[in-house]
Amino acid sequence: MGRYLARKIIIYLITFVFAVTLNWAVPRFAPGNPVSMLLSRFTVMEGGWEILESFFVKTFGLDQSLPQQYVGFWKSLFAGELGISISQYPKPVFDIIRGAIIYDFIILLPAIVLSWIIGNKLGAFSGVNKKADNFLMPVFYFLTSSPYFWFALVVSYVLGIVLGIFPTSHAYSATMRPGWNLAFIWDFILHWFMPFLTLFLVQLGGWAIGMRNMIIYETNTNYAKYMESLGASERLVRSYGFRNGILPQVTGLAISLGTIVSGAVLTQMVFSYPGLGYIMVQAIKQNDYFLIQGCFLFLISMVLLANFTIDIIYMFIDPRVRHSYSGEV
Amino acid sequence: MKARWIVLAVVLSLVFGVTALAAERHETLIVGGGTWSAATSWNPLNPNNTNGTLGLVYETLFGYDPLTNQHKPWLAEEGRWISDNVYEVKLRPGIYWSDGQPLTAVDVVFTYELARDNNLTYTPIWRTLKEVKALSLDTVQFVFENPSYQEWQIELYSRAIIPKHIWKDVPGDQLMVIANDDPVGSGPYKKLMAGADRNVWVRDDNWWGIEVFGLPKPKEIVDMIIYENNVALGMLMQRTLDLSNYFIPGVPAIKDHFGLTTWFDGPPYMLPANVAVLVLNAQRPPLDDARFRRALAFAVNPQTIVERVFENMVPLCDSTGLFGGWTEYRDAEVAEEYGFWYDPDLAKQLLAEAGYTDQNGDGWIDMPDGSAIQFDIIVPSGWTDWMESIRIIAEAFRAIGVNANPAFPDYSVYEQRMQTGNFDMLINNFGSGISGSPYSYWNWVANHNINREYVTEGNYGRYDNPELFDLIAKFNQLPPLSEESLAVASKIQEILLVDMPSIPFWLNGMWAQMTSQYWTNWPTENNPIGRPCSWGNQWQFGAIDMLINLEPAQ
Repeated sequence: MGRYLARKIIIYLITFVFAVTLNWAVPRFAPGNPVSMLLSRFTVMEGGWEILESFFVKTFGLDQSLPQQYVGFWKSLFAGELGISISQYPKPVFDIIRGAIIYDFIILLPAIVLSWIIGNKLGAFSGVNKKADNFLMPVFYFLTSSPYFWFALVVSYVLGIVLGIFPTSHAYSATMRPGWNLAFIWDFILHWFMPFLTLFLVQLGGWAIGMRNMIIYETNTNYAKYMESLGASERLVRSYGFRNGILPQVTGLAISLGTIVSGAVLTQMVFSYPGLGYIMVQAIKQNDYFLIQGCFLFLISMVLLANFTIDIIYMFIDPRVRHSYSGEV
Repeated sequence: MKARWIVLAVVLSLVFGVTALAAERHETLIVGGGTWSAATSWNPLNPNNTNGTLGLVYETLFGYDPLTNQHKPWLAEEGRWISDNVYEVKLRPGIYWSDGQPLTAVDVVFTYELARDNNLTYTPIWRTLKEVKALSLDTVQFVFENPSYQEWQIELYSRAIIPKHIWKDVPGDQLMVIANDDPVGSGPYKKLMAGADRNVWVRDDNWWGIEVFGLPKPKEIVDMIIYENNVALGMLMQRTLDLSNYFIPGVPAIKDHFGLTTWFDGPPYMLPANVAVLVLNAQRPPLDDARFRRALAFAVNPQTIVERVFENMVPLCDSTGLFGGWTEYRDAEVAEEYGFWYDPDLAKQLLAEAGYTDQNGDGWIDMPDGSAIQFDIIVPSGWTDWMESIRIIAEAFRAIGVNANPAFPDYSVYEQRMQTGNFDMLINNFGSGISGSPYSYWNWVANHNINREYVTEGNYGRYDNPELFDLIAKFNQLPPLSEESLAVASKIQEILLVDMPSIPFWLNGMWAQMTSQYWTNWPTENNPIGRPCSWGNQWQFGAIDMLINLEPAQ
């Protein structure tokens, strides 16, 4: 078990270094000079640009050579510093991320967890119930093949504009001030619901289809037939099938985290819902090295951490993994 | 048992908590269109500050009204040139900062001396400024040597006056760096909060200007960050946005149905904000040939763009590119003689006269030496109005045999190519915004600072004409509307039309759509008080007057 963990940790560390390096390098080799892009947004008097230019180039250490910048990047990373955003100067990257990340968490976490759990349950149900299956499968296929932004627009139009139940944009009403009171929390939930629902429903379809197929497969395997012949109840057989069927679903969750995050970006755009997504899009447009770095660092860490957690969970739910590393098999 | 009490306490605290924290909708003005990222800083010395820092919190000596081309006395009661090189400002009596300290000539002198002693964006003013002195607590004299009169016209309404008693303690190298989280200004609003998707400003009920100008009606201004213009449209329909400053296609068709107000009730609906020009890369053959560039101007029918792309929401542009107050310098004779109009046959003829004909019979015009000519016209991907526009422009060029194709790179690529001169043609308007002097426009379309890797100040096509650059610099140093300034202005217009480094086609709009559920008496053609614009650094262009004149809907 220790060997399993050690190996995983090393792989994750290598991935981390590689990903972070890539994410440092790509914006720097991409076209677009962030400082001159920032400058062209300003209207200043004749001669003022030179002053700003030298100020910003110095401030951001962009006059240093690339290897120097790379070393400096790791140094400050270990010191826990993400630097200052160029496009949102003088705001520290950390502050920008901190102000936005909460919105990603409150949408992504419940959407991922609930869609996975409910999707698997529904899929399992659909797999053993022919009548329900006929109705549910088309729905699942519809959901899973919907692009996030398109589905978000549909949800926004139907629930927001036509039915008028939910507000179509932003995290809370313009007249609300964040505070610990029922009015605000209710307002916040109303605004939260449609982005959440979009992510939840689109993902739900995929999980359900996967689980349904797994259940059908598992209930036809030899062990299931053997159990049946021993007189085990259908429920028991199904529960065994579910345990086996869940394994690829867990792997699938790890694999799809990246796609889900990008889906969240698109969904947030449609609802003008704050979060890292819009910030990242803006940062990339402005080629804001430090903000791109910071956002992706965060993203990479989160995805790796989630994957790592799933790896550990895997160890518990799949005895074969545990045993193969402890030499019992 | 204990847990139950805790739950009850939490619920009670939630219910009775701080419900008063919500603002009243009928006292709140919700705007959008000027803010594209969460708040950065409230530092007026940093040009990257949060929208509203200038205008709502910090004020300028003068406001500017683009409609009448008048400087509106603001902090200053009056200002004038008392001699060729001395400008005297008399401040209004009884102005004070939001912390109660008086705002005096000392603060004005401090604001300018700060730029003399440190490197700030307006430090270059000291190239001609020799001294700023306070004659009394309300009189300031700016003593120049060869003053840049034209730029001074712009300077008067651009510079935030900052309080000496607060800024004198900021170290020089921190002046542009600090976030100034708790700004003390003299303006009608104060910072209330900044969220991830909005900035909220609250009225300063002790604002000195209430007695002079009147009370701004909205108690709070919520400036929403809206990621896409279709979201803004949805918000207008839901009445969760009072003033939208986004370009929204289809407004002419839906405005009556959804009860939207625009400046003009009919075409062109919007006030003009800036000139959209087709920049030609003067470093690339055959665009380095002025005759070729000029011929292109005759090929396009901008009316098609105005109708098909903008649904008549923008007006056509004069050949000289001058609009608003700039037209005071427009030379009708020059425009008549050298202006351009839609005449594709003439365009073809001009090209042929210059030696550009189709030599190999492939239908496309070739270089005089027989080599092929091909152009890309670029605008950023996703800028749908400009994308449609260059499709039409490319089509028009192709109709006269010039092989031009539209291309839509990502914004960062567009900007990189623009600044490094790696393009054939592109549409741009970054520096062509309405201002108090056509100097800003000319110094943008024909900026002299082009021999560098990144060109950021305009003249992206790197059109090199030292004679013109000198004329523009000379114009800057001539008193507004003096005879000599008009003569130089005519010469500049002539050169720009003959050499055509860029072609002005239409006037981009000051997009504004207003709803009247909560606020009425919006500034419009029939009620031209103020300007419905929440864009950054334009609050002093009449937006404050709009706030004062708004009326809560019944």
